[in-house]
Amino acid sequence: MREISEKEIIEVVKTMCIDANRQLPKDVTLAIDRAYQCEDSDLGKETLGILKENASLAYETLTPICQDTGMVCAFVEIGQDVHVQGSLEGAINEGVRLGYQEGYLRKSVVNDPLFDRKNTTDNTPAIITYDIVEGDQLKIIIAPKGFGSENMCQTKMLKPSDGVQGVKDFVLKVVEDAGPNPCPPIVIGVGIGGSFDRVALLSKKAMLREIGTHHEDERYAALEDELLTMVNDLGIGPAGYGGKTTALSLNIETYPTHIAGMPVAVSICCHVARHKEVIL
Amino acid sequence: MIKLTLPLSHDAIVNLEAGDQVLLSGTIYTARDAAHKRLIGLLNEGKELPFDLVDQIIYYVGPTPNKPGEIFGSGGPTTSGRMDAYAPTLLDLGLKGMIGKGLRQQSVIDSIQKNEALYFGAIGGAGAYIKSCITSCEIIAFEDLGPEAIRKLEVKDFPLTVVIDSKGNDLYKLGKEKYLRGRTNG
Ligand code: SF4
Repeated sequence: MREISEKEIIEVVKTMCIDANRQLPKDVTLAIDRAYQCEDSDLGKETLGILKENASLAYETLTPICQDTGMVCAFVEIGQDVHVQGSLEGAINEGVRLGYQEGYLRKSVVNDPLFDRKNTTDNTPAIITYDIVEGDQLKIIIAPKGFGSENMCQTKMLKPSDGVQGVKDFVLKVVEDAGPNPCPPIVIGVGIGGSFDRVALLSKKAMLREIGTHHEDERYAALEDELLTMVNDLGIGPAGYGGKTTALSLNIETYPTHIAGMPVAVSICCHVARHKEVIL
Repeated sequence: MIKLTLPLSHDAIVNLEAGDQVLLSGTIYTARDAAHKRLIGLLNEGKELPFDLVDQIIYYVGPTPNKPGEIFGSGGPTTSGRMDAYAPTLLDLGLKGMIGKGLRQQSVIDSIQKNEALYFGAIGGAGAYIKSCITSCEIIAFEDLGPEAIRKLEVKDFPLTVVIDSKGNDLYKLGKEKYLRGRTNG
């Protein structure tokens, strides 16, 4: 059994919350650069230029890239030979609390979704997803998620007979419904398979997968490319002002499913596709 | 790029068209969900608002806390649609413009047209950039709302795009149509 202390976890989570909000990941920065080169629309190009400048300013002046510094989604992979001294959940939330305070990040979490809606004032709790894996390491991904884009995500239980066309139609519908609201250019994650709850998680994991990587099954890899082209043909463009860059990437993740079903989920993230990762 | 100084004259408003890019300078007020709810509450009770809406512009934003020594945090626009229920009432009282991002419902577009007002888009997610356009900030109401308190801002060359003009044209429709390449799946 390898021991990992609460203190160590608190410290890395805190740092990741602050850094994720100020430093755009490299793959996203490169994708925005590429889009800037290719965009034909003047307004679209102008918008992408401001986004590039915004990312550099955020980095240099230690300012959050976006004012919606999100609700923290934490993806934790715990090796089965790891033992955490104290509370893992407590440590993650303490890291979030300190990071949002010390980093001057906006606190955007309310305690109760329907009745009270009182701000918890420290941006906790995080939404934590645990996976138990082999080995003696602990991996933590911190992905602060803004709700301008989160509000645009959708899940649908398709019929197996809907086939590839059904998946395409649904993905395009979700992107069209979202229009300018999720701050395009967007990063899209599509989950296919599993169950009602699992497919949403798959789509989130797809959204977090590095831009430019592909599904290992070449049929899905081809579908990723085809869907990305179709999404960009919708014309929504940067900031929704019209153009050919509506999405920077589209990744698919899949899982076996039941003979009677074909769940599909589409997760949308804005161009501020923040995440940081650490392996302890 | 059109340079505009606030307050906007009637001529300036009616001459702007959806798709025009402007650099806005002058005084604007911030308000988002909770502040709007309170403003409408005050109106319903027949009470006075914390600032005079006539000829003013509201920016939908909830900034991050500013660091010590700074006047403003990261402050890009929030999704405007959540203010759709309140916007027509404020426009009828003389509000001349709103700054935000995202779609507006038809009732808001109609009210913009009727009142000869404007809806500007600021670039969503450009909070650090927009911060550099803000030269002063003062909380004037609802301080308890934190990021949602009403702030009076002085801005200099705030880059905006006219999304809905005073004739009711909507750039979100026009821009998309121009670049739509037809659904390849039929
Ligand atoms: S959708 Fe993203 S870029 Fe837009 S306001 Fe929210 S967090 Fe910021």
